[in-house]
Amino acid sequence: MPPRFFLHLFRWYCHPNLVDHIEGDLLEVYGERLKRIGKRKADLRFIIDVLLLFRPGIIKPGEGYKNLINYSMLKSYFKIGWRNLLKNKGYSFINIGGLAVGMAVAMFIGLWIYDELEFNKHYKNYSSIARVMRNLSMNGEILSTPILPSALGDELRSKYGNHFDYVVMASSTDQILSTPSVGQSGETKLTLHGEFIETAGPEMFTLHMLHGSRSGLQDPHSILLCESVAKALFGNDDPMGKTLKMNNSDRMDVKVTGIYEDFPYNSEFYGMQFYAPFELFVSANPWAQSLSFTNDFLNIYVMIGNHTTFESASDQIRDAILNNVREDKNYVSVNPQLTLFPMKDWHLRSVWKNGVMAGGAIEIVWLFGIVGGFVLLLACINFMNLSTARSEKRAREVGIRKASGSARIQLMSQFFSESLLVVGLAFVVALVGVSSLLNWFNELAGKQMEMPWMNVYFWLSSLIFILITGLLAGSYPALYLSSFNAVKVLKGSMRAGRFAAIPRKVLVVTQFTVSVTMIVGTIIVYQQIQFAKDRPVGYSRDGLLLIQKTSPDFYGKHDVLLTELKNTGVVLELAESSSPPTAIWHENGGFDWTGKDPAFIPQWGTLTVTSEYGKTVGWEFRNGRDFSEEIASDSAGFVINEAAAKLLGFDDPVGETIRWGGGWRSKFNSFTIIGVIRDMVMKSPFATPLPSVYFLSKNGLNWINIRLNPQTSAAEALPKIEAVFRKIIPSAPFDYKFADQEYALKFAAEERVGKLASVFSVLAILISCLGLFGLASFVAEQRTKEIGIRKIVGASVFNLWRMLSGDFVILVALSCLIAIPIDYYFLAAWLKQYEYRTEISWEVFAGTGMAAVIITLLTVSYQAVKAATMNPVNSLRSE
Amino acid sequence: MKKYQLGEFEEIVILTIGILYKEAYGVAIKNEIETRLSRQVSMGAMHSALVRLEDKGYIKSFTGEGTEERMGRPRRYFQITALGKKAMEYSKDTRNELWRAIPKVALDLKIIG
Repeated sequence: MPPRFFLHLFRWYCHPNLVDHIEGDLLEVYGERLKRIGKRKADLRFIIDVLLLFRPGIIKPGEGYKNLINYSMLKSYFKIGWRNLLKNKGYSFINIGGLAVGMAVAMFIGLWIYDELEFNKHYKNYSSIARVMRNLSMNGEILSTPILPSALGDELRSKYGNHFDYVVMASSTDQILSTPSVGQSGETKLTLHGEFIETAGPEMFTLHMLHGSRSGLQDPHSILLCESVAKALFGNDDPMGKTLKMNNSDRMDVKVTGIYEDFPYNSEFYGMQFYAPFELFVSANPWAQSLSFTNDFLNIYVMIGNHTTFESASDQIRDAILNNVREDKNYVSVNPQLTLFPMKDWHLRSVWKNGVMAGGAIEIVWLFGIVGGFVLLLACINFMNLSTARSEKRAREVGIRKASGSARIQLMSQFFSESLLVVGLAFVVALVGVSSLLNWFNELAGKQMEMPWMNVYFWLSSLIFILITGLLAGSYPALYLSSFNAVKVLKGSMRAGRFAAIPRKVLVVTQFTVSVTMIVGTIIVYQQIQFAKDRPVGYSRDGLLLIQKTSPDFYGKHDVLLTELKNTGVVLELAESSSPPTAIWHENGGFDWTGKDPAFIPQWGTLTVTSEYGKTVGWEFRNGRDFSEEIASDSAGFVINEAAAKLLGFDDPVGETIRWGGGWRSKFNSFTIIGVIRDMVMKSPFATPLPSVYFLSKNGLNWINIRLNPQTSAAEALPKIEAVFRKIIPSAPFDYKFADQEYALKFAAEERVGKLASVFSVLAILISCLGLFGLASFVAEQRTKEIGIRKIVGASVFNLWRMLSGDFVILVALSCLIAIPIDYYFLAAWLKQYEYRTEISWEVFAGTGMAAVIITLLTVSYQAVKAATMNPVNSLRSE
Repeated sequence: MKKYQLGEFEEIVILTIGILYKEAYGVAIKNEIETRLSRQVSMGAMHSALVRLEDKGYIKSFTGEGTEERMGRPRRYFQITALGKKAMEYSKDTRNELWRAIPKVALDLKIIG
């Protein structure tokens, strides 16, 4: 016998018309040679012959054999596929619907992720801009802050200038801008958010100028406005060259030298309504004029040159501050280091731990990417399951096709084209769904995304996506169906063995595991939010009005406001403070007391208040008392919160002394503790409260806090309060905030996650149930005869229902068990980032498990009961 | 009017088919050529030529019985068609004309003495 491999090789490549007789020739010649020259040489000659027969005339022609899968064949496949879909409308609906939901979810998540990644790309110098960050080592941790001193700008420019194309100092601010009143048209006054920035700023950020040029900040008394603000201030008049007053101060008159296009919502400086020259800020604030390396109040943005990277530039500037503060031992001990924070990471990696970027929004991007992937996977699994389940009905068709001479590849392409048809239809449905629901999703996610009809990448990726899904989802049915043995199928002895059911069961378990995991995750997220919301706040949030002092006119009006507002009857108390109750604007170190550990360098919140503050916000005292105007020594007194009291280590802190040096707001060095209040949650409700001290001062009070009379409603009170303000401070617009609303904003990010997670969980369960529904009906149908016989023999409906549902319930219970460790692991990791967190209790798991079982029973019962109540005569008579 | 395309090897093959008359099948053709012309003929070249000749319409084939040496595979017998005969004659006539046109002197190679 000639070498088998080459014989088979020949049979494979040879044209079918020629293969027979050429093979015969080969064998004949081989036989002759075998007698003449022996086996080895004959084998060798045979191999040479086979190789030399590999020629164009003899190889099977490619085109000729594509004729197996030509245009009319494909048409027939689609026709048959379409007819199949119509024949079983219920299944088709479930199939297409489930897949469409999965695709829509994937599309939404894709759009969201794309939007997140496109953040800040509006700026042309996106890849080279960075913010300078200062790292301080305190108490074993490294804190990072973007707040920098005024001398650093020139330092970076002169000593390190070769690394940077631009170095720009900036300070963001809220200012009141007013147009002068001209004739009848009164003045328009607006409080706007903007930035004082050095001259090169607009060029570095490549502002898109609609009028004027980017060098419009040369003159210290100039200003660039964004388009919407220009319209608001000047209507349709040409705003160029017009003058505006800033903060009603004559020193800060500015002329409009340029209008720039508003920044899109997905950029860092969205909402930056004006740019004014940094020199203007410095000239109006004498304290900012001294160049120092320790007066930290501004930000610095840089753009690195083409020849360098962020890492190398960071290395170079690392000690820029340290080198200039060698004499200040205290500062040197915290080791201030500089590093660069690139623009491309501003949005997604904004969380800094230990001096480096440690994540932030990017984690949510990953999370949602994974979730989207899973939901899509679920939908594909569904599709595969249902298709294979239904396939047993088509066994006869497959048998006949095979018997008529169909090649396996033809059958596979038939089923692939059917699945592509379904996927294509599902895609169209998903597209329609996504575009109509996009507005709702935008609200949910807080974005302004649009359908990318014009984007080539969108269509390209959709096409790839359809192909991949179609091939993936269709692979199992295609391979499984085309492997049927034609004879067995046509004879009718084809039994889908027990083993055929196992992959299906695995798929169902996977689906439910994912769904249960997601549901438990959502519940825990909501629990965490609620837990933090329920946390005692330490003051009363309702009916507390906050007004920021945005111009010098606000200052010095404390007593007048107090009397006037109280006279209106709608205000109970008024107090001023340096920070709003929802933030801590000033933190300082330099505290000392008897018994303090010398290695411990505390950094506490330092808040100045007026004496009525405690009554206004509603302090809850643990020890001691509130400030009192009558007691003169209170001016050197501290009210501290519990967190600070714990650190002090005194049994009763009231009456003890704390020494404080270095804070540039205080006149005194020694303070006596007057009282201890319950911790006010001022910063994050998820973190432990910052130890803080409150003390009296007439300076640095930036906020007015107003306690409304609880007997009047806000709608009544506001106009009265506004009237008082208009009388006393006519130059400022009346901008107020409510403390409870501001507090609620702190949960915004988590609530958004919670909402999105719940939406996706619902969808996941929906898809799983759809799958289960289809599968249950299939199983019921398959066992029709068996059920008929059981009924005849005497089974009750209940018995049959239990039998049919039992299988599925076991699967779901299994998935719940698998979901528990997965959930625990991931949720424990997520919760670890919050210092203040809820516990993961087993009740959540038990509850969800029960719910899953109940949902399964409901889904399956419909089919089970329907099958169980069928007339056995009908079921036994069928086919 | 159209030229009859007939390559050198193809001509040999078609002539051999003529020689073998009703016995012209793959292996026989190969052996005949090898015996008469003392040159090795590879199966690949020969079958290619046969396929080409058949495509051009110069030969036609019919299937014969299988034998035991060929494991039951059938034999393919070839015959020359009328077109094929014309092609052969054309080729032969062209050659002869060219021969006649050579002056006697060119073939008397007694140059360097």
